[in-house]
Amino acid sequence: MPIGYQTIIGLEVHVELATVSKMFCGCSAEHFGVEPNTHTCPVCLGLPGALPVPNKKAIDWTLMLAMALDCRINQHSHFDRKNYFYPDLPKGYQITQFEEPFGYDGCLKLTAIKSALMSTVSQQKVIRIRRVHLEEDTGKLQHTEIGGEKVTLVDFNRSGVPLVEIVTEPDFRSLEEVDLYLKKLQKIIRYLGISQADMEKGSMRIEPSISIRVNKNNGQIQFPMPNDQLPDYRVELKNINSFRFARKALEYEIKRQTDLLEKGEKIPQQTRGWNEEKNVTFPQREKEEAHDYRYFPEPDIPPIVLDNEQLAIIKKQIPELPDQKLVRFQRDYSLSDYDAGILTENQELGDYFEEAVKAAGEIGQLKTGNIVKTIANWLINKRIETENTLPAELIAKIIRANTIAAVDEGKLSGIVKEVLGANKQAVNDYQKGKKTALGFLMGAVIKLLPGVDKELIRKELEKQLF
Amino acid sequence: MGLNDLTIIEASEGLKKKNFSARDLLEDCYRRIEQVDNKIHAFLALNKELALQQAGEVEKILNTGQTEKPLLGIPVAIKDNFNTVGLTTTASSNILINYQPPYNATVVNKLRDAGAIILGKTNMDAFAHGSSTETSDFGSTKNPWNLNYLPGGSSGGSAAAVAANETIFAVGSETAGSIRQPAAWCGVVGFKPTYGRISRFGLIAMASSTDSPGPLTKSVADAKLIYKILAGFDENDATTAVNPVNYKTKNIRELKIGIPKEYYRSETQKGINEMVLASAKILEKLGARIIELSLLDPEYAISDYTVVQRAEVSSNLARFDGIRFGGTRDNFNEENMRRIMLGTYTLSAGYYDAYYKRAQKVRTLIVNNFNRAWKEVDLLLAPTSPTVAQKIGATKGQAMYGEISDMLVEPSSIAGLPGINLPCGFIEGLPVGMQIIGPQWSEDLILYLAEKYEDNTEWHRRKALL
Repeated sequence: MPIGYQTIIGLEVHVELATVSKMFCGCSAEHFGVEPNTHTCPVCLGLPGALPVPNKKAIDWTLMLAMALDCRINQHSHFDRKNYFYPDLPKGYQITQFEEPFGYDGCLKLTAIKSALMSTVSQQKVIRIRRVHLEEDTGKLQHTEIGGEKVTLVDFNRSGVPLVEIVTEPDFRSLEEVDLYLKKLQKIIRYLGISQADMEKGSMRIEPSISIRVNKNNGQIQFPMPNDQLPDYRVELKNINSFRFARKALEYEIKRQTDLLEKGEKIPQQTRGWNEEKNVTFPQREKEEAHDYRYFPEPDIPPIVLDNEQLAIIKKQIPELPDQKLVRFQRDYSLSDYDAGILTENQELGDYFEEAVKAAGEIGQLKTGNIVKTIANWLINKRIETENTLPAELIAKIIRANTIAAVDEGKLSGIVKEVLGANKQAVNDYQKGKKTALGFLMGAVIKLLPGVDKELIRKELEKQLF
Repeated sequence: MGLNDLTIIEASEGLKKKNFSARDLLEDCYRRIEQVDNKIHAFLALNKELALQQAGEVEKILNTGQTEKPLLGIPVAIKDNFNTVGLTTTASSNILINYQPPYNATVVNKLRDAGAIILGKTNMDAFAHGSSTETSDFGSTKNPWNLNYLPGGSSGGSAAAVAANETIFAVGSETAGSIRQPAAWCGVVGFKPTYGRISRFGLIAMASSTDSPGPLTKSVADAKLIYKILAGFDENDATTAVNPVNYKTKNIRELKIGIPKEYYRSETQKGINEMVLASAKILEKLGARIIELSLLDPEYAISDYTVVQRAEVSSNLARFDGIRFGGTRDNFNEENMRRIMLGTYTLSAGYYDAYYKRAQKVRTLIVNNFNRAWKEVDLLLAPTSPTVAQKIGATKGQAMYGEISDMLVEPSSIAGLPGINLPCGFIEGLPVGMQIIGPQWSEDLILYLAEKYEDNTEWHRRKALL
């Protein structure tokens, strides 16, 4: 990107909540891989006379997420109707929140884990969250052919599944920031246990809007860039099925928009889609054609009033979140940024780590050496199958590995000497620069000392070879 | 006199004493329908086959001596906007001309559970858009007191069926006047409870924030019986009250009854105000205190209600998109389209604040105005309609006909208050109705006073001669 141009991105993320039942009826919310139109009732089919009754769990979970994202909570909230026609929307309106979302004015702090990203992401970048609100999902259209005739089928299994929308301010300045944000948001949602947030299965969907800011004054690049001014247009990217495509679409848009701006052209406010075959975005709707959704408060659902006590109960249900866990791991276990970051990547790994430390403590191993650091190393570097290995078993393995090494140091040295003596050719090859010979020699030692830490063998070999 | 002339309480007693069978009762109703309904056109569909079968089952239950079901064997006529499994449900609109709902309205289930037998479905203004039944796509109903006159509406079929003794009782729904006004014009008891007292689930929505189901009966005692059966929280309707605190009941000697002077208008048809005031005298003689007071002019409620109701209509009818339920959108009639257009306009960007939002504020003012009145009086007494029944064709070219004829019931409807219509006189052979309005959840008090009035007058005993 030429100097003086800056990418401005805002995100709308939709997350399907993993509640047992749908948002406004008792139907199962399961819809992935389910026979079409089997999880439906008068309410989610929008039949005449049917009425929505809100799912309390979905409201609680939305509040939990809003709190986890440091949002302010609307203690007086309500649902609104968003009126528009589409065949997957059986009532002719979507029940959503417009005027009083459950959460607003929150933030999510990005921390770059990999140093490679540090160049494009400042150490602590704050993405402001504009709002967190709850709504219902639509049905799903299937464009297909039956008996040679092109038809569109509607599956209402997804109709009425609870959907949380998380809207950011246009705070992203690079694709790396978008990437970090999505991963962290996904991590928080999974920690909360409110959704799988799986993009492949559509339980997490993103709609970015992007524009390019040009910082030129009389043809001169202005530096530093004024931070308060946004471009007078933005391009919304819709109907993108995966993050991979979103990234491609954003990359395409950055180039397209920059080229247009370079030529001095004005970019219209637009909604664009992504063509997966041609790898291009294409215009779907201009600003003038924007819907007038005729929002108004949903009269079928009374306003939701939350007192402090109710909010406190919901807050209590929030588990330790990744950031808190990371800080605690660093503090309590003296772990590095990097190690703590990886171990808190998902809740299961963090829990496993703590279980293992506990197991080590129970057999009095915490005092010997740096077992905590070793557990962390093993979990991070050794692809431990945590599902099939009990934490106590892992500790036993670690101890065995360490014990062998400690007791048999002299033995190791002797055996290595023996192997080197018996394999002169390989030793020569190695010393002439054929590094693969080391593998052969290691194999020979391992044969004589099964179960010994390979790293130790390699070190001993290298020591004696020099 | 046939068994069809009986009230619910009389018919129940006769059945229990085995003076006649459930089949006799049912057959008398159907005989009457056959005799007069070609003139009155109260019914759109009859349930004869199934009803007679049910009457047979009732006989068996009665023979076992089990009679705890309060409506066992009692025939009922149901307004055609309540979903009934096995009976076409059209809301008097061509769009739903063949619609077979897959589920029952809660009101229908409660009546069935109480032992009632559904006679058939009654005519109404299409989608309840009107106060005359003249907007029905299946022809208007005639007033049993004079076939050249209208029965009122939108529950005109239900009111006429009761007045013509085609049924023992009927249920209707009121959004603003649709029970009380036809009850007034047809000379029957019509009771609209507090909004949220009776479930709307399965009632094809007109304006969701004011729709209230209720009974149309031959006596106050019957209305009370049906009200008690239908009232209560419904897990399928989020706007039904869980445990409302009932308004305190009082002896008539402690009652203060308000006469709001704005409801006794100079343009009201001559004789009506006088008859209602004469009724006030009767209540005064029974010990109540009559207090004149001032309320907001009901005129304000017309424009307020019109904006709110049209907006909700435009959204509620969006599901009739021409894809499902049979008829295409060109089956909406003129009045339906007029309401959809006006509602769409008032919700549009740039107009929402000026119309819908302002209307909701005025609505609050109307609620507050009533709340002030309740500090001075317990109940209000006023004419139900500014006129007696109007001639057929009266609505032609009068887009606001319904709202003007419902002027005196609209303030209490938009405020969600309960009210009852009682016959209180006749003008040139056409019934005059008066209404008692009370605070939220004051149904018991309203019914108490209504019963006192009925016990001391004979108007309700007059029958339409056909």
